[in-house]
Amino acid sequence: MKSKFLQNFLSETGDISRFTARFFAEAFRPRYELSEFLKQCFFIGYKSLPLVAITAFIMGLVITIQSRPTLVEFGAEAWLPKMVSVSLVREIAPVITALICAGKVGSGIGAELGSMKVTEQIDAMEVSGTNPFKYLVATRVLAATLTIPILVVLADAVSLYGGYLGANIHGVVSWDLFWNQVFDTLAFSDIIPSILKTFFFGFAIGIIGCYKGYNSNKGTEGVGRSANSAVVISSLLVFILDLLAVQIIDLLKLT
Amino acid sequence: MIAQAQLNNRIDTTNDMPVIQLSHVYKSFGSNRVLQDFTFDLKKGENVVVLGKSGSGKSVLIKCIIGLIKPDSGTINVLGQNIPDLNHSQLDKIRAKVGFLFQSNALYDSMTVRENLEFPLRRHRANMTTNQIDELVREALNSVGLEHTVDMTPSELSGGMKKRIALARTLILKPEIILYDEPTTGLDPITGKEISNLMCELAKKYNTSSIVISHDLNCVKIVADKIVMLIDGKCYAQGSYEDLQTSDDEKIKLFFK
Repeated sequence: MKSKFLQNFLSETGDISRFTARFFAEAFRPRYELSEFLKQCFFIGYKSLPLVAITAFIMGLVITIQSRPTLVEFGAEAWLPKMVSVSLVREIAPVITALICAGKVGSGIGAELGSMKVTEQIDAMEVSGTNPFKYLVATRVLAATLTIPILVVLADAVSLYGGYLGANIHGVVSWDLFWNQVFDTLAFSDIIPSILKTFFFGFAIGIIGCYKGYNSNKGTEGVGRSANSAVVISSLLVFILDLLAVQIIDLLKLT
Repeated sequence: MIAQAQLNNRIDTTNDMPVIQLSHVYKSFGSNRVLQDFTFDLKKGENVVVLGKSGSGKSVLIKCIIGLIKPDSGTINVLGQNIPDLNHSQLDKIRAKVGFLFQSNALYDSMTVRENLEFPLRRHRANMTTNQIDELVREALNSVGLEHTVDMTPSELSGGMKKRIALARTLILKPEIILYDEPTTGLDPITGKEISNLMCELAKKYNTSSIVISHDLNCVKIVADKIVMLIDGKCYAQGSYEDLQTSDDEKIKLFFK
């Protein structure tokens, strides 16, 4: 039983690695599917914006409200904007945004490509002599890799605004004071690594969604399973990549 | 048994040069032997129907020809090139000359009819202007009698219309060979007959050779210059509709009852 699980795990890891290698081999060679890439940027980026913004706003608000009593206990209420901004920018906004995208984008890509696979649309592209991998996979993975970091920057801004409102629910912090403290606290060493890691989050979400959809089988049941496992695996990968990123940042003494 | 004794081909317009040659093709899925020593030629201008029971490997056969499935052994020579030996880009060049009509039509759901037809054109005729592409799209839709559907999406079309659009998409690159996978399955008899007649008209108009997978005897009767019986993974018999219909072989008789 255990050996079967291990065998499946290793086999799946090998397949995903080969799929990723094929992405790098195909994505940067002409012909470039620019219009499909822009369309995917619109779907992945623009269409996810309201969900990401609402989630980020609530996270900023809630983190501020939850942190305040502890800081008040130590007489450190004035540190609230500093603490909240560091937690949001370094960790909470990137990870929460990536998880939201793993759910929305990963499942969307998995289900879309999965249904194209089972209805032979991918085969139809293949037999018409066009490269479905380039058209479907390369564009979606690149779009996810490039738009998720932009969503994270927006989520950072919106969550900090939520933090400002949260700080003013039980206390009074002026607009200028809040933002002065936020920008005094945040350094490039907080912002750059946290954004850099989101490129990897985006890539992982895109590649897993595409892998699961592109290799979907067993009819409509398979499509559901592809969408589901795309979300589960990409969410797990987001946490694993985050852990690695934190370790690397720590080792390089970037914080 | 007619077996290997190949019967006379009733079409006079074909020339003898085969555009597809399958020689000793084997394909298995696990212990299920689908194709066993399958050998057959398709001559230029010929329309051949492959007849066989469900699950006998007919679709596997044409998927091997187009390179979607790799055979275990044997040669599949299409327009002078052995398909199993080709890499991706070589296959793409051959595929531009071989059309494939899927049983499920496989129209791209997220695209309009125009975009479905433009999709292969924009990739294989990159030097064409938008006006030239529009002209070809109009011509292809006109040949299947559905010019008015150009801005519709596949979900707005009936089963017969989808089949015609899929046929138009197959024809748009002006292929030399067309492979049809059960073109009339799921259609009512009248629409099925219309599609079969359309296939014949288009074969004449575009001078194509074709392999048709079908169970529909009405379609077979209209389309076939020659019928190949795929039984037990082998080319069991081949001949014209009339030849096979009057055969004494029990296995062949079952199909024409």
